[in-house]
Amino acid sequence: MKKLKFIGFKEVIEMRNTCILLLLLVCFSMKLSAQQANKPIDVYKKEGVSVKAYNFKTFEHYLHIQNDTTYVINFWATWCKPCVAELPNFEKLNTQYKGQKVKVILVSLDMKKQVEKSLLPFIKRKNLQSEVVFLNDPDADSWIGKVDKNWSGAIPATVIYNKVNRKFYEQSFTFEALEKELKQFIN
Amino acid sequence: MNKFKMVTFAIIVTALSAFTAKNNVSGYKVGDIATDFSLKNVNDKMVSLKDYKDAKGFIVIFTCNHCPYAQAYEDRIIALNKKYSKAGYPVIAINPNDPAKQQDDSFELMKVRAKEKGFTFPYLFDEGQKIYPQYGATKTPHVYLLQKTSKGNEVKYIGAIDDNYEDAKAVKQKYVENAVDALLKNKEISVKETKAIGCSIKA
Repeated sequence: MKKLKFIGFKEVIEMRNTCILLLLLVCFSMKLSAQQANKPIDVYKKEGVSVKAYNFKTFEHYLHIQNDTTYVINFWATWCKPCVAELPNFEKLNTQYKGQKVKVILVSLDMKKQVEKSLLPFIKRKNLQSEVVFLNDPDADSWIGKVDKNWSGAIPATVIYNKVNRKFYEQSFTFEALEKELKQFIN
Repeated sequence: MNKFKMVTFAIIVTALSAFTAKNNVSGYKVGDIATDFSLKNVNDKMVSLKDYKDAKGFIVIFTCNHCPYAQAYEDRIIALNKKYSKAGYPVIAINPNDPAKQQDDSFELMKVRAKEKGFTFPYLFDEGQKIYPQYGATKTPHVYLLQKTSKGNEVKYIGAIDDNYEDAKAVKQKYVENAVDALLKNKEISVKETKAIGCSIKA
């Protein structure tokens, strides 16, 4: 206690400044690591089309964005017939509800060797407007349950969520059925 | 509430929950007894599990022609049969898809694919799509490892073949091999259920 008395005003200020500086540094490094954790592991480009590739760890944040937007996350692949068949419904939803804070994200589960051969040409040919990401994580057992505990792993599969509600669907959608589900989230 | 009412109430609740439980059952869990079947093989002969008098069990794999995930595993399925049929666990492959919905999975094209790839195991057609729902398969490929017991063919493992569909060389966990090895050594299977991405069954 006696020692403290000798610490003058100047020292206290210095100590405070050091603390603030340390705190800022911690915050900054935390933000940096969070950004790195969400960073794609690769970016594929071909003929003006590009797609970001993620492993599950770096992709996972797409399933937990906490803001005013409702996210419609569809798991699909170019080789999956029912997925390709329902894709226009997701595209339509994305366009029609753009003004109402709705965002469709199309998560491709194509294989790595198919990205340049099939996925990028597909995005270009169909002129997809929704954001497409490529989830490249072949150890599927480690992450399927983290998308939803009821998902068997079959595609197509869809998650709709916002900060208050979340639902998972292992099924195909017509536009009407999809819109009906979405309305439970935005009304 | 008097005693009679309480008992009635309890019976109703039990009955209701029994019904809902039944409705929720979607195929086999580990420990269940799997049904036998009689399905047509690509050589036009009918195949049943009971035909295999000497088998200790079966590696039943729901798979198909068209699905890239199934195709990625074809060589590994051939290898599984090669490794385990002599040890008593042959591979029995079943195509659950309805060719009306997925033309590439017709019986004729199954014959073509089996010949091209040199399948050494039966490749059966689930005509009318009646067997896969009983097992609860949802996608291809989807494995059910069965062991012959006094009660019947008991389900011992359900799920993926291994932990890397994309690259057989990068596999770290061979789920099916580990499970069969455990059965052959009379040991407990460490991983009894896994999930994998696959093509939804078209029926």
